[in-house]
Order: sequence, then structure tokens, then C-alpha cells
Amino acid sequence: MSGAQGTNLSPEETAVVSLPQEPDLHIFAAIVENKFGVLARIAGLFSRRGFNIFSLAVAPTADPEYSRITIVVDVHNTDVNQIAKQLDKLVNVINISELHPSDSLERELMLARVGAVDLEAVTDVISEYGGEVLDQADGEAIVSVSAHPDRLDRCERQLRPFGLHVLQRTGRIALRALDADEPAVGMTA
Amino acid sequence: MELTGAQALMRSLEMSGVEVMFGLPGGAILPVYDPVLDSSIRHVLVRHEQGAGHMAQGYAHVTGKPGVAMVTSGPAATNIVTPLCDAFMDSIPLVVVTGQVAMSAIGSDAFQECDTTGITMAVTKHNYLVTDPADIPRIVAEAFHIATTGRPGPVLIDLPKDVSNAMMTWYWPDSVDLPGYQPQRDVDAAAIAEAVQLIRTAERPVIYAGGGLLKARAAEALRELAEMCDIHVVTTLMARGVFPDRHRLCLGMPGMHGNYTAVTAMQQADLLINLGARFDDRVTGNPAHFAPDAKVIHVDIDPAEHGKVRVPDVAIVGDAKVAVEALIAALRPSDGSAATDALADRSAWKSTVSGWQEQFPLSYDQPSGGHPLKPQYVVEQLRDHTPDDTIVVAGVGQHQMWASQFWQFDYPYTWVNSGGLGTMGFAVPAAIGAKVGRPDRTVWAIDGDGCFQMTAQELISASAENIPVKVGILNNAYLGMVRQWQELFYAERYSEVYLSADHPDYVGWAEAMGCVGIRVESAEEVVPAITKANAVNDRPVVIDFRVDTDEKVYPMVPAGGSNDDIILGPEGDADAALKGTAPS
Repeated sequence: MSGAQGTNLSPEETAVVSLPQEPDLHIFAAIVENKFGVLARIAGLFSRRGFNIFSLAVAPTADPEYSRITIVVDVHNTDVNQIAKQLDKLVNVINISELHPSDSLERELMLARVGAVDLEAVTDVISEYGGEVLDQADGEAIVSVSAHPDRLDRCERQLRPFGLHVLQRTGRIALRALDADEPAVGMTA
Repeated sequence: MELTGAQALMRSLEMSGVEVMFGLPGGAILPVYDPVLDSSIRHVLVRHEQGAGHMAQGYAHVTGKPGVAMVTSGPAATNIVTPLCDAFMDSIPLVVVTGQVAMSAIGSDAFQECDTTGITMAVTKHNYLVTDPADIPRIVAEAFHIATTGRPGPVLIDLPKDVSNAMMTWYWPDSVDLPGYQPQRDVDAAAIAEAVQLIRTAERPVIYAGGGLLKARAAEALRELAEMCDIHVVTTLMARGVFPDRHRLCLGMPGMHGNYTAVTAMQQADLLINLGARFDDRVTGNPAHFAPDAKVIHVDIDPAEHGKVRVPDVAIVGDAKVAVEALIAALRPSDGSAATDALADRSAWKSTVSGWQEQFPLSYDQPSGGHPLKPQYVVEQLRDHTPDDTIVVAGVGQHQMWASQFWQFDYPYTWVNSGGLGTMGFAVPAAIGAKVGRPDRTVWAIDGDGCFQMTAQELISASAENIPVKVGILNNAYLGMVRQWQELFYAERYSEVYLSADHPDYVGWAEAMGCVGIRVESAEEVVPAITKANAVNDRPVVIDFRVDTDEKVYPMVPAGGSNDDIILGPEGDADAALKGTAPS
């Protein structure tokens, strides 16, 4: 969850991002009690209510009693309000709010092991996205890129011709932009 | 004061006001069963853990207090999953304690280990795995708070054996601190005002009264609202008794086996005032065709019910009693005039509704000579030969529908059944729990033969504990409701539904379990048998009513169909119902 730290973000990436979203993906941020089984409760709720998780990122907040969960949901055939209301019924969920892409900053971290016979070409690609080479040996490199998920998709496509041997993405995290209205009561999500 | 975790658990239950618990001991819960001997709490020993859960449900239904059950780990925990799910579906407050293997053994596939919190996560309002004996009082206090507030439901506490044996310093929390659990009781004034506008202008309003009114103890408020505004009331399967059946405004039960007037009044309403109901598919039929012209006011303490099935025009989150009282206050004229003066003219609608009531009453035909015995006749005789405040408990199937249709419910908390989950075998243990909760009342289980065979062993518990319930089995020798569907929808191809009229011998079985057993084969024998049963107060009674195998439950809306396509059955004039008098 610390992927954004230590990377140099371009001015474009630090701006409020309003890149086109896939129309059926919605982002929810939930503050939950950092207790045994909370993730299972949320995953179980999604499964039994037929909600489709696209990505999920969980880590403790500044207050270790709580965790912040960013859930990206494919809401195709699902009522967005139902998702929020059902999640809010879980006793360990303190609050839940939907983050609209136009009001939010989103990031995702990618680690990839790529073919790097031409390391300079790989470096050229990832430096466009503020990425870095973490390791290299025997014609392969491990690169790290943190960016808006849509930009990460593009970066991934550009890396593919080099040979994407292992790809791990974290799923997106998001924060409400400083100038956006606060919709939720209680703790700020 | 130093206590073991086990002693702390029992003390916490006492502090929570528990008077009765239902359970069965075993290995992992053994430490807790020792202080049971010293506790003020009455423990009812069951014969199967499912029985403990349903007894706790029956107790909760009739008392309004949370039902408490305690069983061991592994198979005992899995056996109580059905009652947990039943209570979850019907919003019944339960606190269930399960034993668990020692913390050090969790995850090792130890003897009688199962992932109880994992298994029950989907069927409880919340659950706990206790890892520190010092947490026990806090967790018990939270469990009762969660089970009984907001939308009530079951809470499970899984207690490892080593935690039960470990020592803790006793305390009792003054309050609970649950930042993520803040149910809203109070209602939004703006929403009430919007609802009032809809009520004032509606020409065909119907109050759709649900089980939430009973949970909120809002029967009196409901009656005041209905009478003040002169609005008809339908009472769902979960709400039977919340509004008196004999009341001039009561239309009875709607839904798949509701009466014609209740179903059709909802279907043709221009306003549905949903008070604590959830647009269950057994009420709506195909939701796309349900009450197409109706605006909807929906009161529910669970905001997730708003828009889950039907998007309301006015959503009111809050306690049903608070909401109804707010509606009454807002609708009552300050100048002392009649509230109805401010409402739209509904005389045409009222006359239409009373026309349906006259033309399409529930009906059946008991042939003279007494054979074959009709199940509806049995229900009517039970109704007429028992005290008015008798508690009626049903299982699931045809007998449940006949009981709901032909009983006259005039008091709240006199009807106990499994509505949402539809759990066969519910009646016998739930009746025992109801009788424990209300020993002053006559408790009759109206059961089916298929249901009875699932949980009848709990009558041994009832005999042993001197809990004199009465069970009337409407024995048609079949899984009757399944048979009905096979007859109507599967070309009379009866697949695996015949149970046999003679096996078991219900009278012999009842007597073997310490009950009085009676067999009834004709209409003439019905009343004498009921009279005899009512006179027995020192043990349970079972009457085996041999009823007509061919009798079906009508009216009926076929599953997934529109409520416009209600089938009245052989006694009704279906053509008139479908095409004639109903305004479109």
C-alpha cells in the first residue's frame, strides 16, 4: 500500500484524475474495524449477494484499530445503493462511501518481471510512467510502476512485447480529492 | 472476583436478563455446562441441536425477548445452522453459544472441530470467536445488543474450550461501544410529510403490514392509524395477528396463498403503505407485475430493504412504531375534525373491496358423513374450541397455509411460523419454546406429517421437562405441498412424495415419547378429540388427524406469475375472479 511513496509523480498524475472509466466499475472506500475475519465478512457478503469484486485493497489506517478498504465493484446488473447499504450493515464496517472518479485520486502499484534484453527500451517505457527498475539479471528486469490504473493498463500493454513473465498489480486505492465534497458522515473515507 | 471463562459466560447471560436457555452439552462446551448447575437460568435439554435453535426462536417470537441456545462444537454447531438461518430470514433475536476446540487446536482438523464462525457468517447478523476470557462480558453484552436492536437477528458466540477454562477478572460493561453499528430508530420528518401527502390523495390505499410491526411492538399504533384513516390492512404471513382478523378493515393474508381480496386489493391499489415488510416474492409474485399502479411508502428499520425489490416513492428508515406514531401525529387534524375529512373520497374503492370479500371468501367443502376429513375443517374446529389467545405454531407446507388462512388471529404474538426460510420441522420445537415462554397460554402446533417426522423427537424433551404443548398433525400421508405442485404443474406425476398414512403409527410414537396420542379419522371425531386434548395439562398431546390427501391450498398464484392470475380453486368462481368484477 506504500507504492505511491518514493516515486516521482508527474504533474499530470497528481492532478485530479478524470480519465475515462469503464462504465460499470464503481469505487467504494470503507473504513472497517481491524478485526479477525472482517475481510471474510466482506468477501462473503459480495459473494452471497451476487456482487462482483473487480479489485480489493486493504491495509491499516494511520490508526491501527481500523483498516481502509478500497473495493472496485463491477456493478453490471447490480444496484449501487444496495452494495453500499448491505456493506454498511456489517457490524465491523464503520462507514462506506462511493468515490466518484471525477472527485478522486486513484493509484495502483504494479510489479512486473519483464524481458529486458534491451534494458534501455524497457526503462524508456516505464520512465514515462514514473516507474523504476528494481532488479536486473540474465536479460530480465523487475520493474515497479505506480500510476492511475488506466495509465497502468497502457504501461502494461507497452511492456507486453518485451515479455511479461510475471505480473502483479495491487488493485486500485483511491482518496477523495481535497476540493471534493464530503458525502459521508462519521469517519472520513 | 476471579472467574473461569465458563463462569463468566453464565454470569454474563444472567446479567443480560436470560431466564431460559435451550441446549445440549458436549466435549468443547463441557466447561460451561458445569456452572449451568449453579445458575438461575433454566436450561431445557433438547434431543437434537436443531431443536434448541427452533425452541429459542419460538420463545423469542412469543415473548419479544431474545432466545438463547447453547451447544457444543462441530456437528452440534452445524446442526444449529438451520435455526440460525431461519432466524436471520425472519429477523428473530437469538444469541447462540457454541463450544469450540481449544485455540491451540483450531485449524488442525481436531475432533469435532469445524469453522463455526466461517460457516455461520452468512446466516448471522454478527458472530464472534472469543480468544480471551476477559472479552466474554463485553462480547455477550454486544451480542444481546446487536440481536435485539435495529433489525433483530441471530448472533453467534464461538467459545474455545481453553478460553472457557482460563481465568478472568469479572466485570460487567455499562454500555456497548460499536462504532459501526448505529441503527436508526427515529424517522425523518420530511419523509413523514411526503408520506402524509401520498396518504391524503390516495383513492385506493392499502396498508401492507409486515413482521417488522410485531418486532417494533406496534400493533396498537397500527390499529390507530388504520382506523383514523379508514384504510384496509393486509397482514403478511409474518404479521398475522398484528391486526385483528375480525376487524372490519382487515383483509387477511396476501400472497401466493392469500385470499382473493387481499391479493387483488394490493394489486389494484394506488398506494401501498408498507410497514415493516420486505416485498417478499411470496407476496409480490413476479415483481415486474406487482401492484403496477401503486405508489409506495416503505417503512423499514433496515435501509437496505428500500429499493431491494421495489423502489419506494417515500422511504422511511426507522422503527416501525416510531414511524406509525409519527404518521398518526401528522395525519391527525389539530381542530378535532375527523382525519378522514382531509383524505380523498374512497367510497368507490371500499365498495369494490367489500364486493370482493362477499364474492370470493376462502372456502372448502366438508362433505356430510364426515369423510373424507378436510384439513381446513380441522383448523376451524381447533380455532373454535380453544381459547381466543391460543398460540398457534406451524411448520411449513399446506398445513401452514391452511392454519394461516382459517385461524382467526385477533391478538399479536399468537402466530409462530417459519416464513422466509420455510423450515420443515419448525413447529414442534418452536411450540415447545413458545410454551416455555408463555406457560399461561394454550399452545397448539398445527403440523404436517412430513414436518412432524423431522423434529418429533423434541416431544421427548417436552415430556421430560413437563412442557405440555399440543400437536395436531394434518396427516395426508404425503409431502402435501410438493404433491400439490406435482399435480398442478407436473401432470400429476407424483415423484417421491408419498409418506404412508400408517408408518409411523403416530399414536404409538406419541405414547412412546410420553405424550397422549389420539387418532381422528372423521369429522365427527374432531371436536371430542380437541376437547380431550385441551383437558390434558400434565404432558404433551399429539392428535393424528387423517385428512383428505387430495385437498389443495387455494387460492394460489403460481410461482413467478402475476398476482392478476390468481387461481381460486374448485370452490371459487375463477372466471368471474379473473375477468368479471375486477376493475383494471
